[in-house]
Amino acid sequence: MNQIPPIAPLSGAAMSDAEVALALALLLIAPLAIAGVALVNAGLGRARSAAQGLLGSLAIAAVSAVVFALLGAALAGPPPNAGESTGFVFHAASKPWNWLGAGPFLLRGISSAAPHAQLALLFEFLAVALAAIVPWGSGADRWRLAAGCASAAVVAAILFPLVAHWVWGGGWLAALGVNFTLGAGFLDPGGAGAVHMLGGLSALAVVWIAGPRRGKFPKEGLSTAMPGHNASYVLFGCMIALVGWLAWNAAGAILWLRAPLTALPVAAINTLLSASGALVATLSITRFRFGKPDASLCANGWLAGLVASSACAAIVSPIASLFIGGVAGLFTPLLVELLELALSIDDPSGAITVHGAAGLWGLLAAGIFAPQPGQLVAQLVGIAALLGVMLPLVYLLFAILNRVVPFRVDPDGERVGMDLHELGGGAYPEFVIHRDESYR
Amino acid sequence: MKYAGLLVMPAGFFLTVAALVLFPDPQRRLAFVVCGLAVECLGLVVAVRGHIPARGASRP
Repeated sequence: MNQIPPIAPLSGAAMSDAEVALALALLLIAPLAIAGVALVNAGLGRARSAAQGLLGSLAIAAVSAVVFALLGAALAGPPPNAGESTGFVFHAASKPWNWLGAGPFLLRGISSAAPHAQLALLFEFLAVALAAIVPWGSGADRWRLAAGCASAAVVAAILFPLVAHWVWGGGWLAALGVNFTLGAGFLDPGGAGAVHMLGGLSALAVVWIAGPRRGKFPKEGLSTAMPGHNASYVLFGCMIALVGWLAWNAAGAILWLRAPLTALPVAAINTLLSASGALVATLSITRFRFGKPDASLCANGWLAGLVASSACAAIVSPIASLFIGGVAGLFTPLLVELLELALSIDDPSGAITVHGAAGLWGLLAAGIFAPQPGQLVAQLVGIAALLGVMLPLVYLLFAILNRVVPFRVDPDGERVGMDLHELGGGAYPEFVIHRDESYR
Repeated sequence: MKYAGLLVMPAGFFLTVAALVLFPDPQRRLAFVVCGLAVECLGLVVAVRGHIPARGASRP
């Protein structure tokens, strides 16, 4: 693979018409990744919460778009080569530390901005929606719709813009290559950190604050198995997600790495190889451990491979991509089991593992397999920033939000199901819905 | 316990940033960045242990 030059603020030529047209076309397909994740989340939840789960995904995408347009886009700032002011900078150790964007509020001037800036904004709209939807699956069957929307507003207003500016807006992480000669700076063209790791950490905060589902961890014995209600949704969601992810990673490579169009087919092959390697690994390990492949864990493995590819599909070789996906597929079922059985973390969609851990692994792998010297340190610093700053910040903001808009539904709502309690009707009105007792 | 772990995590991050500024030597810088990440992991472990719910409880 070719070496990527350090990403410098206020540098770069304008995009060609072909690049603009292709990036726009890819960004119009990329929402399929969001649709796939929403479908997987709904399928892994219970039947009596399916409508609330899918409506919640739509509502969260809408709320995050509105809030990001009103406030978040200004704090994320324009991309570094848009030729505008890049943000709030303080100087320490004779280096500039660009920590927050300073773009125009309410999307002022976007219609006359350079095509690259417009496309970057569109990418960020999709990214913030996905980052906000990821924790929704972890809070399934107990997280209130209003609280989910409120948390999406917090993600879109504060959390995502902060990370997006650091990574994509010419912030201090992107400038590590220029300021500290650490490879090309922190590389995350597909959002493994800015979208998935942030979403996974948000999911962990939600699960901690909302607590486990009723009856999940009884006083005696193992945790109660609460399988997803529709494996078809889950597996079809994985297929849809692949299409979206192929477009997403290619668009990210054009926008954030300024990769030449000739490099995009390899990025797409790497995305496919990473997901495939992950699925084969998860299929093998669940077959070995349980005697039969587990459909929901295989779906989690597939998504983990896609998430890991977000960081490195445009950077590493195809064989490295296969290996990265394989590792993601290996640890996914083990970590899901560890979280549930040993740590009593009730995460119905597995988002903490699939998005958080696999995103972290993808970022690390990009540093290990990228050809630039110093890239590993840049990736480690980025991981440290996401883990050490964003998790405590997410937890703090969500804990405060929980005081204002309680996350957890009342016991009666949990008993009758989120569909009936919050929407007044179920997703499958002609089906018999299982009661809690049927799980034991 | 759960809050102590979350408070330790930013300390690990500042150690990582300090490594960037204080050590121009790549190997020493890498070692201190890894140390910063180790501190974060320690904080995460403490936070996770502090959040394990009592068996039978469904609400925090």
